[in-house]
Amino acid sequence: MTSPSWRGPSWRRGAGTSSGFSRLATGLLPAGAHRSRAAVSATIAVGGGIVGLIVAVGLLSLVWTPYDPGAIDPTSRLQISSGAHWLGTDKFGRDVLSLIMAGSRTTLVVGVVAVGVAAIVGVPLGILSAMVPKWWGEVIMRANDLLLAFPALLLAIMLTAVQGQGVVTAMIAIGIASIPSFARVVRSGAIGVMKTEYVLAARAAGRRPWAIALRHVLPNVMNLVIVQASVSFAIAVLAEAALSYLGLGAPPGTASWGRMLQEGQELLFVAPRLEVFPGVAIALAVLGFNLLGDGLRDRYDPRLRDGR
Amino acid sequence: MTVGIVPAVRVREVTRDYRRQRTSIFTPAPVVRALRGVSLDIAPGQRFGIVGESGCGKSTLLRIIAGLDQPTTGTVEIDGTDISRLPERRLGFLRERLQLVFQDPLGSLDPRMKVRDIVAEPLVSQGKRDNLPRVLELLEAVGLQPEAADRYPHQFSGGQRQRISIARALAPDPRILVADEPVSALDVSVRAQVLNLLDELVERLSLTLVFVSHDLSVIRHVCDSVAVMTRGEVVEVGATEQIYQDAEHAYTRALVAAAPRLRTALAGRTAADLAADTLAAKESR
Amino acid sequence: MSMPSGSVPSASQGSVIAPRDAPADRPADAPNITAPDDVLRVDGLHVRVGELELLSDVDLTVRRGERVGLIGESGSGKSLTALSIMGLLAESLVPSGSIAVTGQDGRHTQVVGAAESDLAALRGRDVTMIFQEPMTALNPTMRVGAQVAEVMRIHRTVPDRHTAAARAVELLDRVGLPDPAEAARAYPHQLSGGQRQRVVVAMALANDPALLICDEPTTALDVTVQALVLDLIVRGVEARNAGMLFITHDLAVVASVCERVLVMYGGRVVEAGDVQQVFTRPRHRYTRGLIGASDLDLTRDDGRLYTIQGSVPSAGRFPHGCVFRNRCIHATIECESLPRWEGTGPEDGFACWHPVRVHDSQGVDAS
Repeated sequence: MTSPSWRGPSWRRGAGTSSGFSRLATGLLPAGAHRSRAAVSATIAVGGGIVGLIVAVGLLSLVWTPYDPGAIDPTSRLQISSGAHWLGTDKFGRDVLSLIMAGSRTTLVVGVVAVGVAAIVGVPLGILSAMVPKWWGEVIMRANDLLLAFPALLLAIMLTAVQGQGVVTAMIAIGIASIPSFARVVRSGAIGVMKTEYVLAARAAGRRPWAIALRHVLPNVMNLVIVQASVSFAIAVLAEAALSYLGLGAPPGTASWGRMLQEGQELLFVAPRLEVFPGVAIALAVLGFNLLGDGLRDRYDPRLRDGR
Repeated sequence: MTVGIVPAVRVREVTRDYRRQRTSIFTPAPVVRALRGVSLDIAPGQRFGIVGESGCGKSTLLRIIAGLDQPTTGTVEIDGTDISRLPERRLGFLRERLQLVFQDPLGSLDPRMKVRDIVAEPLVSQGKRDNLPRVLELLEAVGLQPEAADRYPHQFSGGQRQRISIARALAPDPRILVADEPVSALDVSVRAQVLNLLDELVERLSLTLVFVSHDLSVIRHVCDSVAVMTRGEVVEVGATEQIYQDAEHAYTRALVAAAPRLRTALAGRTAADLAADTLAAKESR
Repeated sequence: MSMPSGSVPSASQGSVIAPRDAPADRPADAPNITAPDDVLRVDGLHVRVGELELLSDVDLTVRRGERVGLIGESGSGKSLTALSIMGLLAESLVPSGSIAVTGQDGRHTQVVGAAESDLAALRGRDVTMIFQEPMTALNPTMRVGAQVAEVMRIHRTVPDRHTAAARAVELLDRVGLPDPAEAARAYPHQLSGGQRQRVVVAMALANDPALLICDEPTTALDVTVQALVLDLIVRGVEARNAGMLFITHDLAVVASVCERVLVMYGGRVVEAGDVQQVFTRPRHRYTRGLIGASDLDLTRDDGRLYTIQGSVPSAGRFPHGCVFRNRCIHATIECESLPRWEGTGPEDGFACWHPVRVHDSQGVDAS
């Protein structure tokens, strides 16, 4: 008799229970918190604060910026910070502060949409590959590998050739290129979950596979997804900057931190602030999302929830 | 087995082979024979123990009986119905009749689910909604406060988690309770509480109990009959007391001899005696 | 009290240097003076983490050649005590008090507050430890023979690599591994659990330590293997006239292996004494409850096991005064203050306001 797929030998019990010693040796208290509640709250506060700031600036820029970001003013080119222009102007005379503010929108939208696309496709793919029979799981992962190997840049170029330049094109390209990381991370987490005794108990309780995927696997891989999302967001922000730098992302009219980097590049030694300000903005955005992701992952771990 | 009574569990010549990784292209993958032809009959209402050391196949056998795995050859009948060839989606009836309690109190409960959802899961699988009254009833039956329903597993001690596990197993009102080392991971004083609880529930609900353990003294306390397993085979079956006092098979005798007991230790039986007796029993005929 | 003949073997089997009786006049006000045959002397050990006290007032002594058991359930502090002795507490745990260890060569070390370099010299040489999980105690990427040899080379108890390797094979043979030369070349995953634990025993005894600490060494093993490994450990300790501190929750194992025992609950030692005495005539209510609950042959009238009501509070949250009082049916208002230690010393006594005075034939509490 061939061994069945769904009830195959992959349902082995997971590793044995950890001895009290290993808990003690890491100095853990009652419920094994990796970080204290205070540390988690601080992380969320700082990360959330930064992200909140960027979002607020973005929203604000929809209704007001000190100057029109696109307004070219040849008489005020390359000015340093002053009362009129807090961060100075660029080579076209545009106000740098206004550009930074408007650019935050581009960054946020690209990051969120790209990560969203990647997660919506990658997470179910990862879970699926862990739950189907081994052979099919391998097929899925090899397809994933193909996508991973395909350079995102090339994808962006191809899409741009087809769709024309634009922020949307950039988002989709980056999103597609980020799918494999989600799929891989979620797959390894899902495989671990499938080996647990509580999934075995769910099967013994009569749960169908899709119910197990939704009710048990997904919540227990969410911590991995959140972390991956913050990492992917950071990568998306940098990717957008790179694409804009290469002229493939935001078109010349749209404000973008990456485009600012590109345009200020040739003036690096004349007006370094034109590189520093958008660079710092990018770094801050990446930091903020990373911290927020870490904090959220820890916050929503039920084991840490009541601080025991 | 009295003729005419359908056994609660009937296992016939069950084998279970696993394929390991191939070590070379030229030789086929090595096969591990976890079960080598096991046959058992468990009567309704019986408290049946399965004892054996690690790797003997008792957990594999348990999963096959519970329908969580299929045997390579052989049949398993639960209340007369052969479940060994049925695909998982057709096993709904089995889930109402037979439930499991697992060994690891923490690992067998989803850490991200509330207790009320954990205990209600077997009912939800059957399509029942509004299970809270039943959940509270079950929590009370296992000696937990109603407030426990809204908490998470990590907020409870090992013994309490095992009670939650038992509550979940009893939710669909099964006839057969299968317990896989349910007290092995618990402290001694907690073990006594959980064993008493199981005892009380099995008696009150007239359940058939299949109890797997590596600890013969626990089996001796809980079960009226026991099957001794080693290396994928059942080497001896019989009434617990009889097996304990006067086992026929060398392996059983070794198991009995090896377990340290407080009374005999206080009477002077040392570690050296334990070792010597174990070796002697293993080699005896 | 005298021990009946044919009882649990004392350290007088095999070689022993010092008499077994404790010097009766050890002054109470000079806790840091160790008697000549003391291998371990723990005085007033407290371990705190932040505001919580995890271990309180732990006193314990182990002499050369003595086998002392430490009994407790989860949360009792027994493993924490072992880690404290080895100086292996995590940074957030703060010990205070005195832990004095004397090596085979007479070298004294005070563990509390010691520098890491002193502790490193101590561990693996004067004091060694055997843990519960053999697989995680062994490096999976190193052959077992090399691991045994490494222990000796770290502490320079052998002159060179070749001697270390040869001695390692010899040790593996002494712990009963078949074909020791071949076994030395094996990796841990190629050995069974029992075999791995034997390797761990070999490593622990390689440098002839003065004190061997075992923390549930056989709990993860099959019972038939357990019997053999226990015997191995006892023989190894006896051959070296080392002291042993054996930590477990299993009363029967302690009775088979040790002469003296301490019972821990809630981070405190609640009773101590001779194995015979503590297990047949327990004085502390918890000890009595524990003995009753662990005896599966003993049942009440309704056929149920004796239990201790309630459950163990989480670490650091034990009640003030007597740590057991919230689970004890004999507790009174008096128990809100810490019970005094009553006995001849830290090795024999108990801390209970309402100890067991009358022992029925079963020796259990009807709780």
